[in-house]
Amino acid sequence: MLTAFVGAHVSGGGLEKWWQQDDNPAAERAPSSAPPMDSVRCAATERRMLSSPPFGLRASRWRYTCQPKTAARRHSLSLSKMSVYGPVVKIHPVVLASICDSYERRNEGASRVIGTLLGTIDKHSIEVTNCFSVPHNESEDEVAVDMEFAKNMYDLHKRVSPTEVIIGWYATGFDITEHSVLIHEYYSREATNPIHLTMDTALQSGKMSIRAYVSAQMGVPGKTVGVMFTPLTVKYVYYDTERIGVDLLQRTRVLPNRTKGLTSDLSQVGGSAARVQDMLTTMLAYIDDVLSGKVAADNSVGRFLMDLVNKVPTISAEDFENMLNSNINDLLMVTYLSNLTQAQIALNEKLVLL
Amino acid sequence: MASRKESGAASTSVLASTSGTLDSPVKQIQIEGLVLLKIIKHYQEEGQGSEVVQGVLLGLVVEDRLEITNCFPFPQHTEDDADFDEVQYQMEMMRSLRHVNIDHLHVGWYQSTYYGSFVSRALLDSQFSYQHAIEESVVLIYDPIKTAQGSLSLKAYRLTPKLMEICKEKDFTPEGLKKANIGFEHMFEEVPILIKNSHLINALMWDLEDKSTVADKHELLNLSSSNHLEKSLQLLMDRVDDMSQDIVKYNTYSRNQSKQQQQKHQYVQRRQQENTQRQSRGEPPLPEEDTSKMFKPPQPPPRMDTLLIAGQINNYCQNVKEFTSQNLGKLFMAEALQGHN
Repeated sequence: MLTAFVGAHVSGGGLEKWWQQDDNPAAERAPSSAPPMDSVRCAATERRMLSSPPFGLRASRWRYTCQPKTAARRHSLSLSKMSVYGPVVKIHPVVLASICDSYERRNEGASRVIGTLLGTIDKHSIEVTNCFSVPHNESEDEVAVDMEFAKNMYDLHKRVSPTEVIIGWYATGFDITEHSVLIHEYYSREATNPIHLTMDTALQSGKMSIRAYVSAQMGVPGKTVGVMFTPLTVKYVYYDTERIGVDLLQRTRVLPNRTKGLTSDLSQVGGSAARVQDMLTTMLAYIDDVLSGKVAADNSVGRFLMDLVNKVPTISAEDFENMLNSNINDLLMVTYLSNLTQAQIALNEKLVLL
Repeated sequence: MASRKESGAASTSVLASTSGTLDSPVKQIQIEGLVLLKIIKHYQEEGQGSEVVQGVLLGLVVEDRLEITNCFPFPQHTEDDADFDEVQYQMEMMRSLRHVNIDHLHVGWYQSTYYGSFVSRALLDSQFSYQHAIEESVVLIYDPIKTAQGSLSLKAYRLTPKLMEICKEKDFTPEGLKKANIGFEHMFEEVPILIKNSHLINALMWDLEDKSTVADKHELLNLSSSNHLEKSLQLLMDRVDDMSQDIVKYNTYSRNQSKQQQQKHQYVQRRQQENTQRQSRGEPPLPEEDTSKMFKPPQPPPRMDTLLIAGQINNYCQNVKEFTSQNLGKLFMAEALQGHN
């Protein structure tokens, strides 16, 4: 679809050629080949920016890194309004925490850190499950990456989890620089179509914008050739246990001295019940507002509430009594037995030591 | 370089340690969120088949706190040449980590456990060698099944000084243990854990909460308990069987010993009788034979295993009791909910 559009707009026949070159045989690229051309949604500024390169393309969703003059105008793009397509990048929180940690431990004078991303590739998505940082030096006109180190680390990691492969690299910092292009080139030797993840650890825009890109060649072959970074959708996935871990960490951040002990026993159940209670109070407040007319009633929310109320099963009182009692009896018996066992082994020990 | 702040005054510890005042060099453990996530991930990805995954903890010691700032996993023992591989792997890993400014001081190790069954000879040996080399090392036991039920289960253990001495001398006879006056409760001491994150990670957490659409599942309030209870009880029964076998062994030993004492006594008496008889007849008395050479004392069974089994049983019982108390609470809540219907 896009090919036709671009071909119609540009007078070089060579353009079709580089689109075909771009058709990567790797399966995961197939769905991401062409972002649909919805030029109606482009803001006027975006169109102006992209009319500066010689193509006059109206595609406004691509990052163009060859012309440093447009760098300033890039910031004016509100990326949140962009809809992105293509393979979804699923990131685990371990990776993000790891990146933060390596940023905190960076060498003096380094403004950003880079590293390798490991994970698995699926038909429709890329899952990033691990990462490690790679030492590198960056100056105005050159960049040096310790490739030996990267290879070594990857080997070591492979011994522990043989299913993880290099799927890309990450860099901290808000934007993509020219150096990124070179580093990306190196990584494309290691992996087919690597993804590039940026994480703004300096919190420039007030948030830690985490974005992922794939690169695409662009330009007229023979003349100015450049690399475009297409943004991808980023999702956060958790394993169940991971989510519980992250929950615990979330609770850490609200305490004044930022520390939290691990509680056990009934206090955990109490905490969980308190959270449910909070949610119920919010809901009740909403319902009160709707009833008094302050907020317009929403049918879907009403349906959910209906579901919720119906979830409590209606059992006859005696049946429930019976079930409850039998369960309680079981638990009490087990408690008694375990206490007995403990007393027994304590006794046994005293006898032996006599 | 590091933008983290060292936490200043002694942080408020929420958990009281189980053995009262610890007289060991480490009174508290401080873990970073990153380590937590890595351990969880390691088990999740590699630990489904076999029971145990292990790894190394890195960090540093600050006053009486042990700060754990990073960790890396160990490959599993699949090949037979695992030993040499391990040392080399460890060395290389630590060297590489040093290049990226990660603390490369070895401060302990972690292990996952299956329903709380971690008190074993292997663990004891490993922890002893660690603690012998590095005084402040700990072993972190991560229980994934309990964590999946709703709340993170991570405990830190060290060997008590008494146990360290016994292991050093390798004197596992009953007399040795009696001398040291060690019971199964005094084998391991638990160290309270605190979780602490840097400011940047906290900012990340805010961001994650914003963006992620994960609903809170509240597994902790799940009422179904029979599965977990069954398995725990089964393990407990196995251990109790082991224990009873051990007790039988010890009983036979003590019976043998007392029988032998009796026999010795009888022999000595008979000898004396004979001697007096001979004296009365005017013959030279028979030499006193060395009784200890004649009656070889039975081999006392090593008591270490018993101690370990007792410790394990104790652990199981504690877990079961904790679990049942939580479930009782949940059942009462369910009752209250039904009462309103």
